[in-house]
Amino acid sequence: MANDANPQLAHEKQRVVRREDGVRTSSWRAFTGTLKRDLLLVFRRRSDIVNPLLFFTIAVTLFPLGISPESDFLAQIAAGVLWVAALLATLLSLDSLFQQDMADGSLEQLVISPHPLAVMVLSKVLVHWLVTGLPLTLLAPLLGVMMFLPDDGFGILFLSLLLGTPTLSLVGAIGAALTVGLRRTGVLMTLLILPLYIPVLIFGTGSVIAAVNGMAVAGHLAIMGAMFMTALVLAPLAAGAALRISLNG
Amino acid sequence: MWKTFVAWFHRMGSPKWFYEITGRWIPWFAAAAVLLITVGTTWGLAFAPADYQQGNSFRIIYIHVPAAILAQSIFFAMAIAGGIGLIWKMKVADMVAKSCAPIGATMTFIALFTGAVWGKPTWGAWWVWDARLTSMLILLFLYFGVIALQSAFDSKQSAARASAILSLVGVVNIPIIKYSVDWWNTLHQPATFKLTEKPAMPPEMWMPLLVMVIGFYCFFAVVLMMRTRNEILEREKRTQWVQGLLSEKG
Amino acid sequence: MYFESFSEFLNMGGHGLYVWMAYGLSAVLLAINVVLPIMHKGQLVKEQARKLRREQKTS
Repeated sequence: MANDANPQLAHEKQRVVRREDGVRTSSWRAFTGTLKRDLLLVFRRRSDIVNPLLFFTIAVTLFPLGISPESDFLAQIAAGVLWVAALLATLLSLDSLFQQDMADGSLEQLVISPHPLAVMVLSKVLVHWLVTGLPLTLLAPLLGVMMFLPDDGFGILFLSLLLGTPTLSLVGAIGAALTVGLRRTGVLMTLLILPLYIPVLIFGTGSVIAAVNGMAVAGHLAIMGAMFMTALVLAPLAAGAALRISLNG
Repeated sequence: MWKTFVAWFHRMGSPKWFYEITGRWIPWFAAAAVLLITVGTTWGLAFAPADYQQGNSFRIIYIHVPAAILAQSIFFAMAIAGGIGLIWKMKVADMVAKSCAPIGATMTFIALFTGAVWGKPTWGAWWVWDARLTSMLILLFLYFGVIALQSAFDSKQSAARASAILSLVGVVNIPIIKYSVDWWNTLHQPATFKLTEKPAMPPEMWMPLLVMVIGFYCFFAVVLMMRTRNEILEREKRTQWVQGLLSEKG
Repeated sequence: MYFESFSEFLNMGGHGLYVWMAYGLSAVLLAINVVLPIMHKGQLVKEQARKLRREQKTS
């Protein structure tokens, strides 16, 4: 090696190279690694997938029983009922995000890992969305039939939920991260997150109602997309900071 | 100028110095608050002309608008104090943020209650899903969220940092919530009668309003300083100077 | 003075109930916000005094 004349420098360079080999996994590999691990865990516990869907179905069927079964009446409230039930189902399933990892200590490993915490939180949120948000979005049109949702509302219902549920998972991750270390959270997480869910609900239902009334829908979906992107960028950072606080709280 | 501000900012960070300074300021702010609020109320209630459409129920504006303005600016103040506490790890900033929450919640509730009561003679119903009342209601939920989170933690330090994060997230969402609620309101609501008609208010109507707003800000300053000083006494009770102070008074 | 008599001032052209309800509750809430910190401070002082007495007794 040309600069072997100075052994100390060579030794220094040698050490640096070894350190770089030490950090083998890149953030992308860590992201997919956590993703695979969590998906495996979730599929071992079926109930985590089924519960939100069951809740969603039961909650929606309450409205015809509670209010009135007439089709034209249900058609009016269908969009709102479906969206509110999907929102509550997401909210209830949020503590599955960090609770088990907190219990078995893997959350601490996640926080002290060399990879950016936001990336790790993002993989957890993606798992939560794949397990809760996506199934809700797929099931919603079926329940829409039950609620006599007019035909041209189905496409937009699916699309608005497809855009809205990831935002709900992302914003929900902040609330879950803030309350993960606490013993009796109960209604606290709901109280923290519901106000932040309201814009998503308003534009989600608004887009379906606009579609049903034959009005333009692009604006609503554009705003929902904007909210999704903002949440995608900011929520993992806030959730990461909240995790650090909850862990040494 | 900048150097003096930085020096002042760091000295405010020390609880002892903050305690002494605010001790001297409280009487002045209290006097200003009492004077301004009594003058503003009597002026608004007794001397200002009634609204040509709403009659005298319009006079509720002199308590509704200041409370609504305070409700929002206190949330911003809380978020800023929380942010300072989070970034510079300044205990006093955490205590100021913690003291802001209950005052902000009271102001929001007052704005909500007076808005609803004002709606009764104007729109004939106790509660109307008017855009501003609805976003005020959501702001109240945000305040309750921060207060609940503040008391959910055992260690005061992580309670302060967690609620700082929540108030920062909340402050980012306030314009989004306001925009979506306004949009939602125009979609569902036929053009209802707005609380204050658009024609610019004559001076003898908005002058008392200005006096009341300044009076409310002074009131906020007084109660904030009192609450923060209590927080200092509580959190610093192991220090010599607090024990000396308390035993002197005791 | 916008109103001729005090009773008319109270009645506020029929809207008196709403105006005084709004101002009344707001005054009560603002007063609570002032009284609470004062009582809290008194509590802190009493607590400290009790602790001091206990220390003097034991030392």
